[in-house]
Amino acid sequence: MRTAPATRPAPSPLRAGRRRRAASRRRAAALLGVLVLALFALSLMVGQTFYGPGEVWRVVLGQDVPGASFTVGTLRLPRAVLGLVAGASLGIAGVTFQTMLRNPLASPDIIGISAGASAAAVIGIVVLRVDEALVSGMAIVAALVTALVIYLLAYRDGVLGTRLILIGIGIAAMLDSVVAYVIVRAAAWDLQVAMRWLTGSLNGATWGIVLPLVVAAAVLMPVLLAQSRQLDLLQHGDDTASALGVRVERTRLTVIVAAVALIAFATAAAGPIAFVAFLAGPIAARVVGPGGSLMVPAALTGALLVLAADLAGQHLFGTRYPVGVITGVLGAPYLVYLLVRTNRAGGSL
Amino acid sequence: MTDSHTLVAEHVSLGYGDRTVVDGLDLTVPPGRITTIVGANACGKSTLLRALSRLLAPSQGHVLLDGKAVHTQPTKAVARTMGLLPQSPLAPEGIAVADLVARGRSPHQRMLSRWAVADEQAVEEALELTGTTDLVDRSVDELSGGQRQRVWIAMALAQQTDILLLDEPTTFLDICHQIEVLDLLTDLNRTRGTTIVMVLHDLNLAARYADHLVAMCGGQLLAGGTPEEVLTAETVERVFGMRSEVVADPVSGKPMVLPIGRHHSAQPVGHA
Ligand SMILES: Nc1ncnc2c1ncn2[C@@H]1O[C@H](COP(=O)(O)OP(=O)(O)O)[C@@H](O)[C@H]1O
Ligand SMILES: [Mg+2]
Repeated sequence: MRTAPATRPAPSPLRAGRRRRAASRRRAAALLGVLVLALFALSLMVGQTFYGPGEVWRVVLGQDVPGASFTVGTLRLPRAVLGLVAGASLGIAGVTFQTMLRNPLASPDIIGISAGASAAAVIGIVVLRVDEALVSGMAIVAALVTALVIYLLAYRDGVLGTRLILIGIGIAAMLDSVVAYVIVRAAAWDLQVAMRWLTGSLNGATWGIVLPLVVAAAVLMPVLLAQSRQLDLLQHGDDTASALGVRVERTRLTVIVAAVALIAFATAAAGPIAFVAFLAGPIAARVVGPGGSLMVPAALTGALLVLAADLAGQHLFGTRYPVGVITGVLGAPYLVYLLVRTNRAGGSL
Repeated sequence: MTDSHTLVAEHVSLGYGDRTVVDGLDLTVPPGRITTIVGANACGKSTLLRALSRLLAPSQGHVLLDGKAVHTQPTKAVARTMGLLPQSPLAPEGIAVADLVARGRSPHQRMLSRWAVADEQAVEEALELTGTTDLVDRSVDELSGGQRQRVWIAMALAQQTDILLLDEPTTFLDICHQIEVLDLLTDLNRTRGTTIVMVLHDLNLAARYADHLVAMCGGQLLAGGTPEEVLTAETVERVFGMRSEVVADPVSGKPMVLPIGRHHSAQPVGHA
């Protein structure tokens, strides 16, 4: 027997307000989730030939559907999964950095960590011609080294502020020029490869490329999610967080390593998809509102951005644009806006 | 109940990088009493509180909580015994007062634990004590300085620790809110026996509200004792490099410092 709602004592204003805000955050996150699913399904259906939901579903279940099995199962599915997982990885890693450093500019794609992964991957693929697993490995090492270098250059008396952003932007520019140099100098360079490593692209996605990322995401995302409460407390400053029982250094180290590794795997698979890590957190914050962890909403927003941008790039224009070109066009104005605002506000968030 | 917790700094040296800020300081915090720390700017007061609250590891010496080095105890266990309100805490953009104060319950929660009745009661009580119950649904950004400070204190109170460290909890407040906050902390001390250690800017308020007054200078502990013992013209001169006269505060009977500047002295300077 359940008590009728009317006879329950009214919850206190404190409880009611907290419940209401939490429910509204959950609703917004659920909405993002539904949109991601819809775009994922759509990217399996549309293309040169349209396949309905029924055919797509049967392919996903592993049944043999003439025509669709190849187009959907071999071409579209890995591409859509890559978009989904790379977008989610970039989104969650981006918001982790932004939350930890309390600055929307402190995203791994702005401060050079993606560029580090990208430079290593492009050297591995274009120059050394190593296989995918090794490329991922090189990207991770390079991304971690880049993060360490930025940290050491920016570290001064335990304070990581605007210095880190500026140093990171400089390092990103240097590493981007390494990528461009390698591509231009490589004997067998072609436009597809170049675009993938310059702006990020889902073209040519195969299970061989996608699987390492999927495995990495399955391991690393739970690691980040387990730290989400501690990360939220770090927003109050190290002193407060520590007084509230957060092991500050340990939390920071854990989330840095996990987020950098996610960025590296995503970059090794799809290239440095421009601005997704940077945009996902702020958009997610707008959508779900303040007061809760942004990790899941930002992951969903990242996936949404990549899937939507890839669909748009493939089908909306006369020419096919790689996903990074579209996200780049979206992200650049926001970057300019933030830089202008930072300059005015003297660097605070 | 709470008098049992002891907090002692044993010959601690503290610094940032190579720079030593506090050098060989000894301090015993009297359990169940109010201790106030005074000293000139940059003499290391906040640094000392950071070390007491375990954020900063001493390069020499120990901070002992209940006789055990605080840096070897689990952060969460320490956070259930000792709370800290830093000098300038940060709030994420747009967070509601209720959600902020609720974060004070963090050390009492496990990773996936649900919000319990005890948590709810602690938050309600903290809001009530600080007079912030009406603000619960407001965003912290849009509060006045005085309201915001009370909300931060509510967060520290929700933590329900037996020891509470506060770094200049009254700095941004006008005089009536300063008194309100100090009275609130005194209530807390009197009714629950909470041990309070706070840095205060205002010498006279520090003397009035302290059971135990500590004067710091250049990273050293210059004097510690009852306000009457510590707050003398001589100590004020050594700590702040300022001449003054100390009289009995007609309201509380505690010592009160009257600074002697170069102007406005009714008697010839040098009389003190
Ligand atoms: N995070 C920090 N990094 C480096 N130096 C610091 C830091 N915090 C404080 N200091 C320095 O330590 C000294 C003491 O600071 P602090 O303890 O904040 O003084 P107070 O609280 O007494 O004003 C100051 O010279 C200050 O510049
Ligand atoms: Mg201070």
